[in-house]
Amino acid sequence: MMNDFLIFENISKKFGKQQVINNVTFPVSKGEVFSLLGPSGCGKTTLLRICAGLEEPDNGRVILDGKDITDFSPNKRQVNTVFQNYALFPHMTVRDNIAFGPRTAGWNNKKIASEVHFFLELIQMSEHKNKYPHQLSGGQRQRIAIARALINRPLVLLLDEPLAALDLKLRQRMLIELDTIHDQIGTTFLFVTHDQSEAMSISDKIAVMNKGVIEQIGTPAQIYEAPTTSFVAAFIGDTNFFEGTVSEMINSEISRIAPSDFPEITVYNDKHLSIGTKVYLSIRPEKLNIAKTQPNTDKLINIFKGTVEDIIYLGSMTKFWVTTQNYKLSIIKQHSSFLLDEEPIRWKDEVWISWNPEHGYLLDQYAETDENLLTIPT
Amino acid sequence: MKYKSRFSKYVTWLVLFFFYLPMVVMTINSFNNSKYGITWKGFTLQWYIDMFNNPKILFTLMNSLIIGVTAMLVSMILGSLAAFCIHYYRTRLQLFHNNLILIQLGVPDILMGMSLLLFFISIHLKLGLLTIFFAHVTFCISYVTMVVLARLQNFDFSILEAAKDLGASWPVIIRKIILPLLSPGIIAGGLLAFTLSIDDFVITFFVTGPGSTTLPVYIYSMMKHGNPTVVNAISVFIFIATFILVFFTQKLTDTKKK
Ligand SMILES: Nc1ncnc2c1ncn2[C@@H]1O[C@H](COP(=O)(O)OP(=O)(O)O)[C@@H](O)[C@H]1O
Ligand SMILES: [Mg+2]
Repeated sequence: MMNDFLIFENISKKFGKQQVINNVTFPVSKGEVFSLLGPSGCGKTTLLRICAGLEEPDNGRVILDGKDITDFSPNKRQVNTVFQNYALFPHMTVRDNIAFGPRTAGWNNKKIASEVHFFLELIQMSEHKNKYPHQLSGGQRQRIAIARALINRPLVLLLDEPLAALDLKLRQRMLIELDTIHDQIGTTFLFVTHDQSEAMSISDKIAVMNKGVIEQIGTPAQIYEAPTTSFVAAFIGDTNFFEGTVSEMINSEISRIAPSDFPEITVYNDKHLSIGTKVYLSIRPEKLNIAKTQPNTDKLINIFKGTVEDIIYLGSMTKFWVTTQNYKLSIIKQHSSFLLDEEPIRWKDEVWISWNPEHGYLLDQYAETDENLLTIPT
Repeated sequence: MKYKSRFSKYVTWLVLFFFYLPMVVMTINSFNNSKYGITWKGFTLQWYIDMFNNPKILFTLMNSLIIGVTAMLVSMILGSLAAFCIHYYRTRLQLFHNNLILIQLGVPDILMGMSLLLFFISIHLKLGLLTIFFAHVTFCISYVTMVVLARLQNFDFSILEAAKDLGASWPVIIRKIILPLLSPGIIAGGLLAFTLSIDDFVITFFVTGPGSTTLPVYIYSMMKHGNPTVVNAISVFIFIATFILVFFTQKLTDTKKK
């Protein structure tokens, strides 16, 4: 495809006997922010290092802008990396750190000076240009690392968990700054993170990785709303899972399923799974309604009665855990309007849970090993 | 936090007293117009004049300097490489390597001198400046390695990958990253090696040959056969030179300053 600017093609990599990357293929389009998202140890850094040339794949090719760069050494590739620990040169000033790439490439002094100036302005570090890395804060070092990489005008900027070492407040601010820098420079970003909210907020596309394979690639909304595997559903935010078989076809798109530990549920069956098929259903907590009175009964809406087990107040929203039979549902309620006359839901209250069939999502694949991800932390 | 304690003051003075009283006596005696320096017989510069007029002293000093400088340079290179290997490749072989180098620091000089002598004789190497040089390199390497290893403890190897990622080739990485960061350690190790080489007596005594006498060995023979008062003058000189060297070594290894 014309749009496929950077292509990972059948990449595999072993460390000793451990298969760290297992036949991974995906394209990245020019100018986008593409995230590799997955739990720690799933092979994200290895994939990034393969792209940078710091690690050699056992199999497969890396193609950048139509050229096969698999065998290029790191200093011959038009990609640059922002390392997880920044890896700034401790004996060089901020300015010399940023100018390292251009000096090595032999640009003329005038061009180096003006480019360094431009990037110092971009990252708002002009007044610190003569300081050494140990005199800077974590966020400032982070920005130097980004400028030092970007000044070489790479075709792709690789970022390995660039925000992981920062505290929460700073992380959010740097995320916005990173987004601004991307808008101004327009370079393709390949962004590695284990933090789903980080990936959600900055990416045009996300590839969710698990144990050396890519489970799903899509826009943040696709990944969140339509996860294709139980791993993706569980890794990206909270979800409620049901396991059961299709028990009744109501019409061509609506079916009923019979979970093993829950009453029958009406689902949107756009995959036309026939009666008797084993299915897995995921419903996000914020798609569930919770009320103290029984809602209007529409035949297709799922309505269940349960008991409130736990309540956590989270400021802008409240999280409830409600048991129906033996199943613990998690529910998030936004505080869109604060009605004083509405009676608050309390611990041990009997409540009505309801949701629309199309808010549930039938999954293609369910791995037993993902069980541990599905246990909702309390 | 700073504590004030009379105890620490006493200890300090006691240590200084033991260390430096002999030096003070020696310095005073080097100006004493008495052959054996038991009583003060008046001020003189005679011993310093004798020292500069003794061609043997200058000759043996030259020998010491030649060996000191060459042993320093060679052990700087070999010791730094050894330190790099031990630190970077943490294989079982390198652990063994590290232990060998540590053990060497503890081996008595007399044992080293003897074993080196036997070795040189068995390979029919003529005793002289060359054998002294080899012997000095042998014991200097360990010290250089130790100093450079300490420096490597807070060397972040990911900056080498960063440099590569930014387009640098190995020669550039060595020149712009590794050498600037490690040179204080390498130079400090070298200075230490130099001071150790210059004042080594025991090992040198075993492996020295005709015409290759070093200053410490010559001082020893002067003490036995010659004029001990000139020795005082020489010692004051060596003491001052060592003091200056150690001062610079300290400055370079001071890790608090980046
Ligand atoms: N140089 C290496 N030698 C041996 N194993 C490695 C090496 N680098 C990474 N690994 C292993 O490969 C797996 C994936 O590592 P990595 O790519 O760093 O994961 P992530 O960045 O997703 O946390 C881990 O189990 C890690 O222990
Ligand atoms: Mg990683």
